[in-house]
Amino acid sequence: MLNTYSYPEFPYRQSPEQKNGVVRRHPVVVIGAGPIGLTAALDLSARGLPVVVLDDNNTVSVGSRAVCYAKRPLEIWNRLGVARPMVERGVSWKVGKVFFRDQLAYSFDLLPEPQHRMPAMINLQQYYLEEELVAACTRRANVDLRWKHKLLNLTQDNDCARLTVETRDGVFHMEADWVVACDGANSDTRRMVGAEFTGQFFQDRFLIADVVMKAAFPTERWFWFDPPFHPNQSVLLHKQADSVWRIDFQLGWDADPEEEKKPEKVIPRIQAMLGDKAEFELEWVSVYQFACRRIKEFRAGRVLFAGDAAHQVSPFGARGANTGVQDIDNLAWKLALVHSGAAPIELLDTYHEERAFAADDNLKNSTRSTDFITPKSRSSRRYRDAVLELAETEVFARPLVNSGRLSTPTPYLESSLNTPDASAFAGQMKPGTHCADAPMNRKGQSGWLLEQLGEGFTILTVGEPPRHQTIRVGGVAARLLRVGVDIDDSEGVITTRYDLQPGTTYLIRPDQHVAARWRSFDADKIAAALRHSLGMSIETALEPACA
Amino acid sequence: MRLNHQPNIADPDGFYEELITSQRDLSDEQAELMNAKLVLILANQIGDRATLTEALQLARPRSRQA
Ligand SMILES: Cc1cc2nc3c(=O)[nH]c(=O)nc-3n(C[C@H](O)[C@H](O)[C@H](O)COP(=O)(O)OP(=O)(O)OC[C@H]3O[C@@H](n4cnc5c(N)ncnc54)[C@H](O)[C@@H]3O)c2cc1C
Repeated sequence: MLNTYSYPEFPYRQSPEQKNGVVRRHPVVVIGAGPIGLTAALDLSARGLPVVVLDDNNTVSVGSRAVCYAKRPLEIWNRLGVARPMVERGVSWKVGKVFFRDQLAYSFDLLPEPQHRMPAMINLQQYYLEEELVAACTRRANVDLRWKHKLLNLTQDNDCARLTVETRDGVFHMEADWVVACDGANSDTRRMVGAEFTGQFFQDRFLIADVVMKAAFPTERWFWFDPPFHPNQSVLLHKQADSVWRIDFQLGWDADPEEEKKPEKVIPRIQAMLGDKAEFELEWVSVYQFACRRIKEFRAGRVLFAGDAAHQVSPFGARGANTGVQDIDNLAWKLALVHSGAAPIELLDTYHEERAFAADDNLKNSTRSTDFITPKSRSSRRYRDAVLELAETEVFARPLVNSGRLSTPTPYLESSLNTPDASAFAGQMKPGTHCADAPMNRKGQSGWLLEQLGEGFTILTVGEPPRHQTIRVGGVAARLLRVGVDIDDSEGVITTRYDLQPGTTYLIRPDQHVAARWRSFDADKIAAALRHSLGMSIETALEPACA
Repeated sequence: MRLNHQPNIADPDGFYEELITSQRDLSDEQAELMNAKLVLILANQIGDRATLTEALQLARPRSRQA
């Protein structure tokens, strides 16, 4: 059916270790080359770790899956140098329309907050996204992408993980210090370590259809509750790249997926929805079923789970890939520091702490959307209908309409890596939140704050610190970034978003999250906070070095 | 803001009559929808989350209160 896209076929190559029959030990093996595994390879390799990626297939994501990527994952991909082509190819919508039965309930403008490098979100087919990620991995000397390599078995002890891998040349063995399991919702790795994968059990089915429009059609997001062409269910229409439109029909649990998939059933329904005049061609139809659940422990010894292998959510709110990319953002720096010996292994346990918290938050948000879209009782249906009827005339009711919320990052407010504030700060940032972007100027060149933060820990401070020194804990040094010296707050946005005053100092983690902040520059306090955010005990000796 | 447990409605008999008559010609289903709208309209008027939580707890059936 698909005709706007042809799938690349990545070459299988036999590895020298399989050919020579020697078991090699690798620092990190990533299982799965989906969006999350590929992002993991980019982030870990950027942090100096050679990465082997195994994937049992040899192409990108087949068919229509993820569409919508939010600002924070785009910022992460920008840090990894791959966001630009995604943003260029992706489409952004601003106007959303909500329909209830046969009426337009209301329309709205997203009005994203200005002055960020990355847009609030883009829509892009998952295969395009993965193509960019694969291309970027191929450019990295220390990423070894191995297609048509299937993980068959994994065992581990204190020393390492042992992997049994199958290719067309047979079965061979590898060893790894660490394994990052990104092998998706049906993760084999999860079964191999015997991990528990449960959660709130909730099931629904969706009919996913991609259509190519033959004439202009507005770039808007349309969401129907209980429309005449698909009674009692919801329907979402979204624009993707290349005049391809994505339609999600909620089917409920009782519908017969095989029946619903038939073109003679799908096409009239789409015609009714788009109107008689719309001319389109069907590109892709599939039925998708999901459950909401997460793995009990994100870390099982030497195996770390990320992406769909660690959690699954409903598609309302487009959270799957978005949150998986943030798993990697959180994991990569920790794994690199633990692997090099610069941080204790306890740091890796905070990966579970912070990302399980985020996964639960995502599950909560997608459950809330689901409960609005698919009311579970007579009285919750009354409330849902009441909200939608009121929303036609009453603006107060519109924030209650939940057709899936844009995925936003979950701040790690309770994280054991945070140093709590000792002074008052205004604004949305706190220890544990990701850093807001803002325009800035460096040597007369305009640019963006997040791009100035670099790979490691950063100390963002206003003006010249009292004593110029490098703050270092063992092998980890924090880089100084002085507002007013190294960079200029050209439009005053950094000052507002970070509530800056003379002397204000932030300690920022390698994943661009706030570790601690103060109203004055105090080297001892910064070093203590750095040690704390490395998962070390605060009591250990302090050794600030001179720059 | 705290939930007001004291009488606060002017002309209680008149209000009650208006409430009842407003639903006289409605089917059960329509009345349920109207009640739901009314709850939302009044909840928006109050706005304060703690007060709304208190009101929700007060309205729950007694035997099922935790
Ligand atoms: C209809 C639909 C709509 C969605 N919409 C959105 C959206 O708008 N936004 C969003 O963020 N997310 C969305 N998602 C979710 C998103 O597609 C997933 O969250 C994302 O693909 C997860 O990426 P992953 O890398 O964890 O897993 P996957 O993409 O599933 O990749 C897993 C990889 O592991 C490989 N693999 C599996 N087993 C083995 C093995 N034993 N050995 C070697 N390799 C193996 C597989 O071949 C595959 O390449 C949607 C999903 C669906 C189905």
